[in-house]
Amino acid sequence: MSIISVNDLAVSFGSGNDFKQVVKNVAFDVEPGETFGLVGESGCGKSTVLGALAGRIKGWSGSVSIDGEGVGPKRSRLQLAKQQMVFQDPFGSLHPRHTIGRTLLEPLEVHGLDQRQERVERVLRDVGLPPAFRHRFPHQLSGGQRQRVAIARALILNPRILLLDEPTSALDVSIQAEILNLLKDLQERDKLTYVLVSHDMAVIAHLCNRVAVMLDGQFVEVASREQLLQGSVQHPYTRTLLDGSRGYVPPRKLAS
Amino acid sequence: MRQARLHKAYVLWLSLIANPLAFAGFLVVVGLVLVATFAPLLANHDPILQDLTMALKPPSAVNWFGTDEFGRDVYSRLVYGARTTLYISVLVTVIVAPIGFAIGATAGYLGGWVDVVLMRITDIFLSFPSLVLALAFSAALGPGIENAVIAIALTVWPPIARLARAETLTFRAADFVVAAELQGAGMGRILFRHIVPLCAPSIIIRLTLNMSSVILTAAGLGFLGLGAQPPMPEWGAMAASGRQYLLDAWWLTTVPGIAILLVSLAFNLLGDGLRDIMDPRNA
Repeated sequence: MSIISVNDLAVSFGSGNDFKQVVKNVAFDVEPGETFGLVGESGCGKSTVLGALAGRIKGWSGSVSIDGEGVGPKRSRLQLAKQQMVFQDPFGSLHPRHTIGRTLLEPLEVHGLDQRQERVERVLRDVGLPPAFRHRFPHQLSGGQRQRVAIARALILNPRILLLDEPTSALDVSIQAEILNLLKDLQERDKLTYVLVSHDMAVIAHLCNRVAVMLDGQFVEVASREQLLQGSVQHPYTRTLLDGSRGYVPPRKLAS
Repeated sequence: MRQARLHKAYVLWLSLIANPLAFAGFLVVVGLVLVATFAPLLANHDPILQDLTMALKPPSAVNWFGTDEFGRDVYSRLVYGARTTLYISVLVTVIVAPIGFAIGATAGYLGGWVDVVLMRITDIFLSFPSLVLALAFSAALGPGIENAVIAIALTVWPPIARLARAETLTFRAADFVVAAELQGAGMGRILFRHIVPLCAPSIIIRLTLNMSSVILTAAGLGFLGLGAQPPMPEWGAMAASGRQYLLDAWWLTTVPGIAILLVSLAFNLLGDGLRDIMDPRNA
């Protein structure tokens, strides 16, 4: 039984002359505990798919069911709590005038949950931050620490699914690995399901079980991690992306 | 949390002291509040007691700023007039800040036709010269200090609403607002918990800078006889009544005039200073 099931998802913006179909006929299923990747170049619609899953983008058609329950563009509070989003930019995703504690308490207040202090402390420990960080403001934290707080905020409502929108692309390379490992550990412990948007093939290969390659609003291929690692992908566009991610390989004859 | 707030206030205080002009403005404003609070102790005459035998006396040891055409002590009237001025400017601010914020932030947050309707209403109010609008309203409502407050408030809220809308628009699509929405926060919570703390500095600055124009408008209404009614002491009205005796009794117009000038200048300096101090880019 898949935890996310998407059929015929289409998203468009504007109307009349400005009408633009951004996502066309996208269909996929994600199994519980799996990490499903979305790759593609900028503007191919991968973040839009994520936005539609999160409930951020309202103007979509098709059918989406999350945790066995069909959802529409408008979500109830309980439906929103099933999936939470981690944003790309840790500098813009935390309220600059709220302490970390305030940021983490907000969702608990909205959902009327009890044992708030305990929950805040627990989630901070889960993401590897000391509980005393509650009293700090975002500008007193480093980029990696902020991203940990953003993950903590996403986790505090105990969601089944995390939607990760390029969670490491704004971070230093050394911090990227820390955050990726943290995400991996959390997934193993809590049996979380991830949908990960990235255009970094290394990140995708590190985390994802399967990856959908998007081009111009459509899936061109859904490849498994093994296929990516072996390079046995079907579609020429996927091959282009894989070649691009290898970086510059000097010609052999010059090396000798 | 409380400690953090105290610390922030202390830092604000330090940077205020470091800015001499703003600090001077701050001192004058504090002085105005103190004078208004302790008016009965500071005044050495009854501000409305008439004594025609003492009319139009120049400044002396008994009447520090002289007396007016009814023999009332100008110094005492000035001291009590501080109450009227403070009353008007504080009341206008208290009325205008929430209304302006609510209208502007709602327009900016919801967008679409709500934005269009609210902003066109704001435009209509903005397109009138403010003193003329205030004049029209206080003439329609009848002269009196409460009506003057309402009339001035009607002319002051549109720029605040504009400002609140602009600020809301810049934060509307920020990731932290989207994150709150995706966690189920409603519009009220987002506006008051997330947007207000970010808009507050610029709105406070704007209101402080507005204080001087509120005081000047109140004085203008008083001058035209539509603000505070005699015998209530009000600086604008005092300046107006002294106009007839300008050549013989210069103190009647000069003293309240200087008071108006000083207080509005002080609010302007304080507002400018606050803009430098509270700007998050300087923090």
